[in-house]
Amino acid sequence: MADNKTDTKKISLTRNDRLKVAWRSTFIQGSWNYERMQNGGWLYSLMPALNKLYTKKEDRIAAYKRHLEFFNTHPYLASPIIGVTLALEEDRANGAPVDDVAIQGVKVGMMGPLAGVGDPVFWYTVRPIVGALGASLAIAGNIVGPILFFVLWNLIRWAFMWYTQEFGYRAGSRITDDLSGGLLQKVTRGASMMGMFVIGALIQRWVKIDFKPVVSRITQQKGAFIDWNHLPSGAAGIHKALTEYNLGKGLSLDKVKVTTLQDNLDQLIPGLAALLLTFLCMWLLKKKVSPIIIILGIFIFGILLHVVGWL
Amino acid sequence: MSAISMILVVIVAFFAGMEGILDEFEFHQPLIACTLIGLVTGQLTAGLILGGSLQMIALGWANIGAAVAPDAALASVASAIILVQGGQGTKGIGSAIAIAIPLAVAGLFLTMIVRTITVAIIHIMDAAAEKGNYRTIDMWQVICICLQGLRIAIPAALLLIIPASQVRAMLEAMPAWLSDGMAIGGGMVVAVGYAMVINMMASSEVWPFFAIGFALAALTDLTLIAIGTIGLSMALMYLKLDEHGSNGGNGGGGNNNTGDPLGDILDDY
Repeated sequence: MADNKTDTKKISLTRNDRLKVAWRSTFIQGSWNYERMQNGGWLYSLMPALNKLYTKKEDRIAAYKRHLEFFNTHPYLASPIIGVTLALEEDRANGAPVDDVAIQGVKVGMMGPLAGVGDPVFWYTVRPIVGALGASLAIAGNIVGPILFFVLWNLIRWAFMWYTQEFGYRAGSRITDDLSGGLLQKVTRGASMMGMFVIGALIQRWVKIDFKPVVSRITQQKGAFIDWNHLPSGAAGIHKALTEYNLGKGLSLDKVKVTTLQDNLDQLIPGLAALLLTFLCMWLLKKKVSPIIIILGIFIFGILLHVVGWL
Repeated sequence: MSAISMILVVIVAFFAGMEGILDEFEFHQPLIACTLIGLVTGQLTAGLILGGSLQMIALGWANIGAAVAPDAALASVASAIILVQGGQGTKGIGSAIAIAIPLAVAGLFLTMIVRTITVAIIHIMDAAAEKGNYRTIDMWQVICICLQGLRIAIPAALLLIIPASQVRAMLEAMPAWLSDGMAIGGGMVVAVGYAMVINMMASSEVWPFFAIGFALAALTDLTLIAIGTIGLSMALMYLKLDEHGSNGGNGGGGNNNTGDPLGDILDDY
């Protein structure tokens, strides 16, 4: 990094300054707008650093205007870009020949690829996994669910934001070369694999379709079902029945064994209908059908099939 | 509902609205927002279960670039309020979810309105930058965030004003076939979020992971943590092996890197 020896005192950003910037970058999307997207939040984040680096009014004005240019990326992946920008601005304030074009170039050059990393990693891997974990606890009425989700998510988020900002700050302008290399690509690939794996599991577990139509009614032979009329009375009877039932592995409860379409499907592939429904949704989304329409369609479909008696 | 509860609900709604756009602390996710509303209204369990169920549906909702996803903030806040006002406890969750979905769409339009208003605010910031007035810029950033909070807090307050008896009457007027059907729809609608995720990530390289995940999930003894651990380990192993393959310099290893043979063929044209 260029250091200017003619300068008597070198201004540098302390850890505390950088922490302030990192905290403010939490609000980077606050003024998201259709014209220049995250630009207001970007300037808001850098403000403490810019004010420290530039004391002359015209320098400050130039810096503010420079950082109100268009900017948009994944809100967490803005952190490494902020780090690099801090390093560049620091050099500039100390007299290095870093011009507006260089700073804008770094911002624009990094925001695209980094957004491409943040979306699959955070929105499509970490949040579904942590969310599903918390939600599965919450559905069972366990208060740990939301707490776990909140704590885990914010730990991961804050650690990521702080360390990547520091990494960007240290690496300075060299980070752009680093990021276009193998590591970033590897993280994205790994996240996609992990994400797809968990999504496969979630479809099986959480998409609920239960086909009601009865395929067969078989009257079972004596001894295959619990003979309710000949049980001992009282607790002894309950004990005997539960022993015979053996958590569904022993005798069946009723004389007539009812097999629904769902039972047959589950013997073949559990969750097959859920899988097919997901594929249908994927196909519709690729055909540019709005997700909202699909969601409403599924509700109407569910109500209709329920009225007919299929679901 | 007591006045204190109402004020607390509006505050929760305000935070959810802020977070709906910031996407940092995740207060707007149903799991958090519904639980908090349940907590401040004294119906923690109902709110918790609603939050969990709605979270499952909202897992794949994310704002990617220009694509618009349903608004989780309004969906969770409004459905939780309706659930509480309806007074049916955990039984009302099915219909609360069904009501939440159209509201998620309405929330989308509110976001668009606020984001358009923000364009004007950005020009005020420009003018302040011209004068070097950083306090004004900071102030307007905070105002923008508050506007996003109000986006959810105002509809929440309006919903609270509607008397509980009216909400209750409306929910009770709903025939059983409709509410049951909606609950069934709610069980299936989760698939849309997953489909969005898959469309985003799928390549020939990752489909086997999907298949293994689907097959393993049928073993009900495996918890989600166990499944996550297996997935993570497999991904790490795959990347490690792939690295060795590439280092060997053989054609097979090199091919794995792109992960999309079809794309390669197309690129060659």
